[in-house]
Amino acid sequence: MKSGIGKYEAVIGLEVHAQMLTDTKMFCGCSTRFGSEPNTQTCPVCIGMPGVLPVMNKKALEFTIKTGLAMNCKISPYSRFSRKNYFYPDLPKGYQISQYELPICEGGYIEVVVDGEVKRIGITRIHMEEDAGKNIHEGGGNYSFVDLNRAGIPLMEIVSEPDIRSPKEAAEYMKKLRTILRYLGVCDGNMEQGSLRCDANVSIRPVGQKEFGTRAEVKNINSFKFVEKALEYEIKRQIKVVEEGGRVIQETRLWDSNKGITESMRGKEEAHDYRYFPEPDLVPITAGQEWIDEIRIKLPELPDAKRKRFVSGYEIPEYDADLLTSEKAVAEWFEEAVRLGGSPKAVSNWMMGDLMRLLNEENKGIEECPLKPIQLVDMLKLIDNGTISGKIAKTVFEEMYKSGKEAGQIVKEKGLVQISDAGEIEKAIDEILTKSQREVERYKAGDEKLMGFFVGQVMKATKGKANPQMVNELLKKKLG
Amino acid sequence: MKLNELTISELRRFLDNREIKPREVLDDIHGRIDAVEDKVKSYITITKDAAYEMAKDAEQAILDNKASLLTGIPVAVKDNMCTKDILTTCASKILHNFKPPYESTVTTRLKEQGYILTGKTNLDEFAMGSSTENSGFHTTRNPWDLERVPGGSSGGSAASVAADECIAALGSDTGGSIRQPASLCGVVGLKPTYGRVSRFGLVAFASSLDQIGPITKNVTDAAIMLNAIAGHDPKDSTSAPIDVPDFTEVLGQEIKGLKIGIPKEYFIEGMDKDVEDSVRSAIKKLESLGAIPVEISLPHTGYAVATYYILATSEASSNLARYDGVKYGFRSSSQSGKEDLLEMYMNTRSQGFGTEVKRRIMLGTYALSAGYYEAYYKKGQQVRTLIKQDFDNAFKDVDVIVTPTSPSAAFKIGEKATDPLQMYLSDIFTISVNLAGVPAISIPCGFTKDNLPVGLQIIGRHFDEESIFKLAYAYEQSTEWHLRRPSL
Repeated sequence: MKSGIGKYEAVIGLEVHAQMLTDTKMFCGCSTRFGSEPNTQTCPVCIGMPGVLPVMNKKALEFTIKTGLAMNCKISPYSRFSRKNYFYPDLPKGYQISQYELPICEGGYIEVVVDGEVKRIGITRIHMEEDAGKNIHEGGGNYSFVDLNRAGIPLMEIVSEPDIRSPKEAAEYMKKLRTILRYLGVCDGNMEQGSLRCDANVSIRPVGQKEFGTRAEVKNINSFKFVEKALEYEIKRQIKVVEEGGRVIQETRLWDSNKGITESMRGKEEAHDYRYFPEPDLVPITAGQEWIDEIRIKLPELPDAKRKRFVSGYEIPEYDADLLTSEKAVAEWFEEAVRLGGSPKAVSNWMMGDLMRLLNEENKGIEECPLKPIQLVDMLKLIDNGTISGKIAKTVFEEMYKSGKEAGQIVKEKGLVQISDAGEIEKAIDEILTKSQREVERYKAGDEKLMGFFVGQVMKATKGKANPQMVNELLKKKLG
Repeated sequence: MKLNELTISELRRFLDNREIKPREVLDDIHGRIDAVEDKVKSYITITKDAAYEMAKDAEQAILDNKASLLTGIPVAVKDNMCTKDILTTCASKILHNFKPPYESTVTTRLKEQGYILTGKTNLDEFAMGSSTENSGFHTTRNPWDLERVPGGSSGGSAASVAADECIAALGSDTGGSIRQPASLCGVVGLKPTYGRVSRFGLVAFASSLDQIGPITKNVTDAAIMLNAIAGHDPKDSTSAPIDVPDFTEVLGQEIKGLKIGIPKEYFIEGMDKDVEDSVRSAIKKLESLGAIPVEISLPHTGYAVATYYILATSEASSNLARYDGVKYGFRSSSQSGKEDLLEMYMNTRSQGFGTEVKRRIMLGTYALSAGYYEAYYKKGQQVRTLIKQDFDNAFKDVDVIVTPTSPSAAFKIGEKATDPLQMYLSDIFTISVNLAGVPAISIPCGFTKDNLPVGLQIIGRHFDEESIFKLAYAYEQSTEWHLRRPSL
């Protein structure tokens, strides 16, 4: 009988909270801008003063419907808000306006690729709710501060089916979710800043067993790299508990990224009774079919469709298409370059190689890329017509990125035009061969590896400008 | 002639003819307040200086021929409606120092119509009660008998109108809180259709039941006040986006042939004999005016009080969660300096809320808790639907429904204070109306042998306040009950 990890299977469901990119809050007109002075983006409604009333942000509803459609959900024609009641200083009303019985979106799915296999992960529901504020513990006294700028910011809660079977799948699911949300422009997907948050329900069961095991909820997974780590830890922990003859208990656990472990926060007995009931201050939400259709028509092309189109339309490898469609803006950059005449594979290579490297060095996204697609295309033309070599192009590309100058200008200024004049190259070769009598003899004696040495010397002498192909040919001829 | 004893429509004429000035009206109001407020105790806050400022503006508006519905009319407002920079306490210690930085929609609309705010009136804490004895500050007395309660929760508003300490007032009604005190104080009180008047700025007790309405000396004034405050408000999603008629236009119209339903369930054992006699004579009077009484049945009436005390308390338990000592209002002072968050919450709420409020928070919390929700809250919602259907069915056959407002006239202070159930039963005839969301008025229809006023309740279809006004006005024109004044 197998023992240890191989004997068990993990069952994971994720609850993801995504802050919506609306200009104003869920139920009032306050700004949602991040990073303002504490409590400056508040009003009587979002700080829960007596007698004030919420008014739904219609943009938030539109964003949620958009997301639901992109994730293949059914959009409910009749849905409503509920109150989730609990006491905490960052929750000014003593309840959060959320959705409970009748969420706006239900029964969808998204597809992820894990180890080359396409896997479908079900979306149970997507609902709207308002964010809480933040408690800040500093100053050392027996008091805390409360900042309510975040209170009332619109959130979508995206709940998956327990279809995820490994930490890797969970990570792929999160990546895909983020990609879709960013394509739709409904969330910036920044886990570190908390605009995308992930809680995980995790259980284990012996391979082959149908029933689910007792689950633990893991909270505070606040970075993409921790999704896998936290789940790996939790699964191992549960297996250890079971292997040692214990039982997993239903509880909420907090991921501690410094220690790399999950720790018990509260047990089932201490679980909140949220006393959900329909929010009487808001009327039920009725989303007309016409409006839903209008939103559907305006949906952008989604990553899966785009990837397929890139593979078939541009004849680039699956791998390239996957990377190029991971961000809408990257895909747009690519398509613009191709539209302007760049060959798809060449554009793809330059983007995935040098361009991404340069952007990553500066921690920039493609939106902040100083280079325009047309600049790359112009440079590719210089390669194609033999003005510069591929090797020189790397220098030109970097210079273009850093200075913003056009490729042609850089080539002219730095004298980087490729030498394709046979006489000039022959002259350089003759000089090298004269200086390297010993190597010539060895080569002629059969040490053919030295060809590389000669090429290198010639390139060095011509400052890399000699047409590499011609150098090769002429060298071979001279060395007979 | 004491100007404070006049009605809105009478004052309007004198003011617009420039026979009197707003300041003179206010002088008489304050003369009266000085004379009787110590006995009646209608108000929590009297805004005298601000009122004289508003009187100046009103005078100017009249001189500029820009007078509106309420220009220069002194109106009292129940202290659960937010008034910017003016204390708004809900008669609760937990909000004893709360000055809202915003104005409720109703007072904004009154302002637009030129009103003068006399002050903020007393109520049962957070509008929970039927006598004002649950006020965190003091009990208001019934101007007809100072040993008796004025009813509640809008007892301060009703008493101030009855005692001529203002010309008209605003109240709020969750289960009878406008109509029952109006009945007990011998004045007119209207609870409009749910959604007719914006709740923005009304401190919530039970959001799905609360509605603001006028308390006035006669039916005409109630129609004028409703004209001023009714209408859709983008700040309140539950306010109805429908047109508002001029409610004064139906006053004086014929009531001949109007069918009035008399629900058999509303003439119950244990009802005060004098109340029953007054209501039955009122029905006869209406018949003599051409209305046609029809006996009807509202079969689920017996479940109304129980349903109400589940739903209203459930909503209240959530609505009152925000009073936690964190952001505003009362916070219990630290004893040891070492209290943790939970202790701060518990001390603040134990000390800040009164007994009845705490009782209702606990009832509502229980009704919503896991394992009880289905049996209480959900069942309550289902019964509420049945009660609504009772009214829908009845209104297929009749135009309005006529009942007593309260089973008894004003009771003695302290008489029911220790028996919550007896207190709850004083709203037995008014509660169904809130559950159904329909409009209803209470108008004076007689007096008991002890010279205590009795109220007649007229209930209308959704958004048909006009039929109510029409019938109430016709009755009022043919009787003199509304002209009687308490001797203070």
